[in-house]
Amino acid sequence: MSGEILKLGMPKWGLSMTEGHLLAWLVDEGTEVAVGDEVADVETDKLNGSVESPVAGVLRRRVASPGDLIPVGGLLAVVADPDVADADIDAFVAEFQASFVPGESEEDAGPAPENVRVPAGTLRYLRQGEAGEPVVLLHGFGGDLNNWLFVAPALAADHVVYALELPGHGGSSKDVGAGDLESLVNAVQQFLDALELERVHLVGHSLGGLVAASLALRSPGRARSLTLVASAGLGEEINGEYLDRFISAGSRRELKPALELLFADSGQVTRQLVDDVLKYKRIDGVDAALRSIADQIFGGGQQHVLIGDRLAELEIPVLVVWGAEDRILPAEHARRVPESADVHVLDGSGHSPHMEASGDVNRLMQLTLESKEISS
Amino acid sequence: MARTITYQQAINEALAQEMERDPTVVLFGEDVSGGMGSPGEEDAWGGVLGVTKGLYPRFPDRVLDTPISESAYIGAAAGAAAAGLRPVAELMFVDFLGVCFDQIFNQAAKFRYMFGGNARTPIVIRTMWGAGIRAASQHSQALHPIFTHIPGLKVVAPSTPYDAKGLLIQAIRDDDPVIFLEHKVLYGTEGEVPEEQYTIPFGEANFVREGDDVTIVALGRMALVAQQAAAELDGEGISCEIIDPRTTSPLDLDSILESVASTGHLIVVDEANPRCGFAADIVAQVAQAAFGDLKAAPRMVTPPHSPVPFSPVLEDAYVPSPDQIAAAVREVSGAARARPA
Repeated sequence: MSGEILKLGMPKWGLSMTEGHLLAWLVDEGTEVAVGDEVADVETDKLNGSVESPVAGVLRRRVASPGDLIPVGGLLAVVADPDVADADIDAFVAEFQASFVPGESEEDAGPAPENVRVPAGTLRYLRQGEAGEPVVLLHGFGGDLNNWLFVAPALAADHVVYALELPGHGGSSKDVGAGDLESLVNAVQQFLDALELERVHLVGHSLGGLVAASLALRSPGRARSLTLVASAGLGEEINGEYLDRFISAGSRRELKPALELLFADSGQVTRQLVDDVLKYKRIDGVDAALRSIADQIFGGGQQHVLIGDRLAELEIPVLVVWGAEDRILPAEHARRVPESADVHVLDGSGHSPHMEASGDVNRLMQLTLESKEISS
Repeated sequence: MARTITYQQAINEALAQEMERDPTVVLFGEDVSGGMGSPGEEDAWGGVLGVTKGLYPRFPDRVLDTPISESAYIGAAAGAAAAGLRPVAELMFVDFLGVCFDQIFNQAAKFRYMFGGNARTPIVIRTMWGAGIRAASQHSQALHPIFTHIPGLKVVAPSTPYDAKGLLIQAIRDDDPVIFLEHKVLYGTEGEVPEEQYTIPFGEANFVREGDDVTIVALGRMALVAQQAAAELDGEGISCEIIDPRTTSPLDLDSILESVASTGHLIVVDEANPRCGFAADIVAQVAQAAFGDLKAAPRMVTPPHSPVPFSPVLEDAYVPSPDQIAAAVREVSGAARARPA
């Protein structure tokens, strides 16, 4: 190939990440890595995740060691062809370390969320990626655009990715109108109209999955593909106790055990994550918004809108991903979709596979986003 | 993410948004609107440091200048609160609250209790506290222990712009008298603050920093000084957890106990005098509730039991410093003994 030496740096997961602790290497020096391979585990203030290689080649040098605190953009490893001399790699590392200034790299600056006014209110979204077919990511109940922090950057390599915040959530307006499914679907449609996004890949987690599917069913021409991650709308059962506890929790001590239900590994719920959710829940209007959405869509601890059978109407690729250890929506709901859908239930993941097993989810999504439409 | 504003702007924004939302919120204070016979809007100081600047032109009927008679206007505000308004009374320096203790301790704090729970007194007394600006003994004190001592008062002392806005909105909406202590050294500090209104419940401590070896409890400016100490200690391999109680009454003792249960070591840093103070109270409560969790005697880091000196050199020596905190941490954690002399 070439004598090119490539940097594998500390990624930026989420808007506030400035540094990460390297926990462990997942590959040895000398291993051939492909783009998207998980190479190291990293811990941030908010959560733990696996670093995916942004480049392909042989991992020649592990520069950082487990336990090191590395700023975003800082050097983790060096990837190069086997014929590149060790001395050249030494020189590359020395030069990088001498010139690297934390906080000044492109990775660190990161994109900033934007707002758009639509009839449903102000909607906040984060746009990532320069070119490619647009992808719209819809978070779940009580979530926000940060839920996609392991997913959006990976998809943004080949797509323009919009992580949108539903009414009542994140930085979007807290007025949710009736709080019913239709008003949420309307808001997303208004968002697509406002940004002149004619056809998009729709991706939704949990409540966001139900919204995405409902939009695809209502306006079939607007969806290129549909990805449902632990989605609502496929069975009546839902963990009503979780909803009650999430809504009523006013303190860290009340909220933490509720958030732990979202993950197979409760260690994912750091104090910082709990604080961030509390900051959101304290904003005027959020409590009322969450209560009306929960009442309208999950009233009485049951799902009232089921769209599984209707998915057969869609002539687009449909991907369904679930965590086998989901404690909010049973994983068997993943099977309640038409046979044409591509269904994957991931072991070791809970209700948030896009956070707990983002590498797998990203790979499945990339395949779906690239696949051709099903011809009728 | 959220935009960055100062502690002072966060307080101003909380007042403006609550006055906009609730027409019963009124502002009392000295120099808040320019004073008797002043040209009005263009002379509206917004208080001695301009914290309420801009509110008089927006709400001319609800920003009321008062005479330099603290006992009169704090009493008037307590009465207005009992009669249905939500007054926010600005009393320049916490040191001056001494002249209106009867209005605060015997009136406002007692109404609910003495009228069988039927009376409400939603008054907020905003005031500046703390040393550090060369303002001498009568303008530099930390008197939160005195107010914490009185049942019926809620006592709040934010350390960040985010906390300042959310706690002040909570204070205004609260039906009990609240002493809201703004540390004058923090007015210019910046932090991320949502534009929307939000409330932080009283009695919910903030984990400023997580750590394994030593729990540091610190309030107001001391929460920032403790962070400097913790950063220094990090380099020595000592990991500090910092808890900012945010409110001294009610107090989130559970969070402190939770942290002490995991670290086994407690340092309380406070800017108030050591005797019968906030630090002594926390140490006593932890010792009583969780003696078995403690691996060493807790330590208090406070000023000496003396008035705040006017001499800059002495004032700097008086206020607890990162070095003093770090030394106390090393001592309780055993690091001081382990290190070579």
